[in-house]
Parts: sequence; structure tokens; C-alpha cells
Amino acid sequence: MAETRFIKAVNQALKDAMQADPTVFVIGEDVGAAGGSFKATRDLLDVFGPDRVYDAPIAEAAITGIGVGAALTGMKPVVEIMFMDFITLSMDMLVNQAAKARSMFGGQGSVPMVLRTPHGGGLNAGPQHSQCFEAWLAHVPGLKVVCPSNPADAYALLRAAIDDPDPVIVVENKALYAMKGDLPEVVDPIEIGKARITRSGTDATVVTYGAAVGLAEAAADILAPEGIDVEVIDLRSLQPWDEATVLESLSRTHNLVVAHEAVEAFGIGAEIAARMADVGFDELDGPIVRVGAPFAPSPFGKTLEDAYRPNAEKIVAALRRSLA
Amino acid sequence: MTLDELSGLYRQMLIIRRAEEQLQKLFVDGKVPGFLHLSIGQEAVPVGVSQALGDSDTVSSNHRGHGHTLAKGVELDGFFAEILGKATGLCKGRGGSMHVADLSKGMLGANGIVGAGLPITTGSALALKMQGEGNIAVVYFGDGSLAEGVVHECMNIAALWSLPILFVCENNGWSEFSPTKRQLATNLNKLGKAFGIKYVSVDGNHVTEVAQAATKLVKGIRATPSPAILECDTTRVRGHFEGDRQDYRDKAELEGLQDRDPIQFTAAELVKAGATKSAIQTISDEVDAKIEAAVEAALAAPLPDREDILADVYTRTEG
Repeated sequence: MAETRFIKAVNQALKDAMQADPTVFVIGEDVGAAGGSFKATRDLLDVFGPDRVYDAPIAEAAITGIGVGAALTGMKPVVEIMFMDFITLSMDMLVNQAAKARSMFGGQGSVPMVLRTPHGGGLNAGPQHSQCFEAWLAHVPGLKVVCPSNPADAYALLRAAIDDPDPVIVVENKALYAMKGDLPEVVDPIEIGKARITRSGTDATVVTYGAAVGLAEAAADILAPEGIDVEVIDLRSLQPWDEATVLESLSRTHNLVVAHEAVEAFGIGAEIAARMADVGFDELDGPIVRVGAPFAPSPFGKTLEDAYRPNAEKIVAALRRSLA
Repeated sequence: MTLDELSGLYRQMLIIRRAEEQLQKLFVDGKVPGFLHLSIGQEAVPVGVSQALGDSDTVSSNHRGHGHTLAKGVELDGFFAEILGKATGLCKGRGGSMHVADLSKGMLGANGIVGAGLPITTGSALALKMQGEGNIAVVYFGDGSLAEGVVHECMNIAALWSLPILFVCENNGWSEFSPTKRQLATNLNKLGKAFGIKYVSVDGNHVTEVAQAATKLVKGIRATPSPAILECDTTRVRGHFEGDRQDYRDKAELEGLQDRDPIQFTAAELVKAGATKSAIQTISDEVDAKIEAAVEAALAAPLPDREDILADVYTRTEG
């Protein structure tokens, strides 16, 4: 077991995947000599050379489309979009091309591309460098979306995404990049679509993902002395998501909170809440409560950004409402 | 070009023309669901380009893509069945006219989004360059797509990275329902110069001109990966889509199109090269028979099963 930072785990996954499969290559803005804006691709240029690491011009639509075309031509591209906010410029290639090629061509082929991109605030990066758009992508049939919460998962989910025959969006919370955690010599593979119960509990379930997993665990710590025993589920994968694990947990705890950093309205939490209100209706002892950002652009200033982002206290308040 | 080669190009052009004439009729009869964009008058471009390509070269197309598809060697049965929305179609009836693809032939798909073929083809060209087998990628696009941002992004990258890509512009003067001269402040020649990409223009309605230019460009790209532009001046005879009455076009322009018919030009070249009238007629009869058989098979084919609605969204269903 080696203690490793999240960003280093991403870097290691890229290295190992490129080592294992010569068709894997990396493309994105500043991913070469600069090693990427957040250093996820550090050293890759030196190790694999310019024919495997493409430092692309600032042209997100073309970069993403190059991923689609290369994937349709036998390669496994790993595209980096520097901030998730910039996928607005990639959307035609993701939504109309990557997501649909397999279905619309009658299953003739697939698009084994990965798009890595960081979301989330906490860096005072302002309204165009902090947004969480994972719900947009999870809404598109044909795309898969994963979001790791710790270094080992960042490694395993990226490897799973690269091995997957279909387009997978790997969303990394940039506030987690410096997080340290154990990265075993051999990391257990993760199956895309499977959640993990990170903390068992009997009184309420918090379903969450990414950076909010740590907040949910902190909320559970706050409530434990009161005798409130909270279970935390790290979804890991948002599309597909592990409905069975969430339902099973709800059938034991009978109270549900869904927490994420993305805007609450029309989000991942809305989907989970709607499904559980349907298939889990008889299990519910209280309202399903969501925790997410308010319906406003992510603000720049420190006080505003702090107020905007979810935290343990907001999750505690949501749990109390659900349990009341 | 030998008489046999010219006869082959004529046959391929006639297949496209007759196929689209059949589609036009089937559309009027209500047998073609959705939108239908015909390339009648533009057949010489894909036929002239494709004769320089093999199955391992890739092409990407656009909404007016029947010619590109058939010229790349895609079989008529799967083609008609797809456009008629049948289960036996190339895409099992899920794509239709705007999304016909045959990956086994390197045909990466028609496309419903104007300009979207360029990024896909640029990526395909990058992959082919990495694979290093001398294969090239071709993208067909119209003058109407030149205002799209991705066109400029891709030309820049193709030039920067010396990608083996042939940009084939079918310039028919129309951006859907508007004349391109009102849509574009520049032209493709100037764009090519701006990016340092080799540019060649031809009369796109003369298949031998297209073929000669394409052969030379493709040979050069294979030898030394680098992009090139082939602009083909051509004619859109039908509307943007079937049902478009084209009342925004000059009557004189539409009537003048008869004198620019690429099929007639090629037939005349065949005669000049020594083909007999009966030989030309035989080609025509054979093409008609092939098309008729494919149309009949497509009409008789079953519709997709309603229960297949979730099939092929993903490669494997997660447990």
C-alpha cells in the first residue's frame, strides 16, 4: 500500500493503460510537455512520445471529435477536457456522435473513447471553471459517466473506462486532486455501474458520489454521537447507476438523502429520488431530501462560493429533515 | 483512363442516380420515412474520389450522403433496406438516410449535423497515421458547412499534425435554402492557403477530372501524410430535401442544370472513347435490374421488432 495523491493515481492509470495497450493514446490541451493543467498527464510525453500524447490546439469540439473518429478507426483515445465547463464546446461530438454511433449504426461498431474532465468548485475559479455537468451527460443514452471519490477509485474507474467498449466520461472533482489515499500495488478492478457502501448504518442512507462522499461521511460522524447511524453509498458510476444497491440500503434504513455538488434542480439526485419514490415507495419512512447547489451560477467570491457548495452541515440538516 | 475504367465509373454513377431516382419515387409513395436529401447532379464527385480508395481507407459523409456511401462499395440491399427503415438495413433501421454507415467498408457514416464529419474524419486520419499502413481518411462536405467552426478547427489540426486526410468539398452553391455567397465571407481556396493546405479545384461534374485530381492527391497523401483539399464545383438538382419546391432558386438556374448533367457528360465521354451504344445500354439495363432487385427486397423486408428498442445502445448490458 502506497499513499498516493488522487492526481497521481489518475496519472498512474493512464501510464498503466498505455503500457498495456498500444492503441491507447492521450489527447487534450497542454497534456504534453506541460503535463496537463492539473498534471494528470505528467511525464507521459517523455515515456510514450508525441505519437501517443497529443498536445492539441485550444479546440474542444475538434479534440472530442478526433476522439470519436479515432475510436471508430480502431484506437482507444483518452481525451482530456481541461475544465468540465468546456464540454459545452464538445457537446455535438459527445451527444450526437459518440453516444449514438453504436445504436444508430445498428451495432456495427462502438466508440471506445474516454473523456476525462474535472468539475467542481472550491478554487474560487468562478462561474465558468467550477460547474458540475454530469447530469447532462447521464441524460444521454449511449454515454456512461463515472465519478471517483478517492485515489484508488480514480485509478480503477479510469482503467475500467479505458477498457470499456463504449464512450465513458470520467468526471474528477478538482478539489480532490490533492487528496491522499492508499493506492495498492494491484488495484481491485471496479465494474462500471456498481456502487460501494463506504459506511454501514441502520437509520438513514446518504447516496452520493465524488467529493460529496467525504462530506457525507463527515455528516455521519456528526450524527453518530446522537445515536443516529447513517449509511453512505458512493455511487462511483452515475450512468449506469446501481439502483439495486440503493434500494437494498433503503429497505434497511427507510430514510434517504441524496447529496452532490451539482445544482440540485433536475440533477442526478432528482433521478435517484424519483426512482426510489417509485420502486422504493413502501420502504420510505420520511421524505427523500436532496442536497445540492442552489439554482444559481457557481459564484467566484469566497463567502459566496462557501455558501453555494454543499457541506457536512447541509447533509446533516437534510438527514434531520428526512428522519423527523 | 481505359475504356473499361471509364465504363466502371459510369456504371457506379448510374447506380447512384438510379438509386436516388427510385428513392424519390418511393418517397412520393410514402415508403421512405423521414427526410430525404438527394445528390442528383453530384454523382461524379464520390465516384471520382472513391476509385482512388480501398476498403481500409475511411470516408465520412453528410446528410446528402447516398452517393458517398454507394461509391465506397456499400451493397445496395442493406442500403435500400436502411433508408426504408427495415430490420435488414445496414443499421437495422435505426439510422435511416442521414445515418447510413458500413464500417466494414470504411464508411463511417452519413451525418445529420452539418460539418460534423470533419472532426470524426480528422480523428480517423490521426488513427490511420498512427497505424502507419498508408491508409487515408476522406471527408465529404458541402460549401454550406464552411461557416461551421469545426471546419476551421480541423483544418488547423490536420495541417499542424500532417494528417492523411482529403477534404472533399462539393460546392453546389447552396447552403440548404440560401445561396452560399450570402453565407460566407471567404472561399475554400483562401482557407486552404490560410492553413497551408494544398488546394485543387475541379469541375465536379466531370468524373474523369475528379478521378484524375483525386488519384494524384490520394497518392501524395499516402506517400507523405499531409492534408489536401479537393473542391468540386457541382450542381444540386433537387431541393435541400425532397418536398422542397426550390421557389427560392432562379428558374433559369434550374433549367440550366440539364446542360451540366454528370451522367450525360460521362456517357458522351464513353462514346468518344469508343463505347458502342449497345454497350452503354447494357450497363444501364444491368444497373436497373440490380436496383430493382434491391428495392423489391427492401420493400418485402420486415420492419424492426419493437422489442429491440434498447438493443445496441451499449455494447454490453451491465448486470
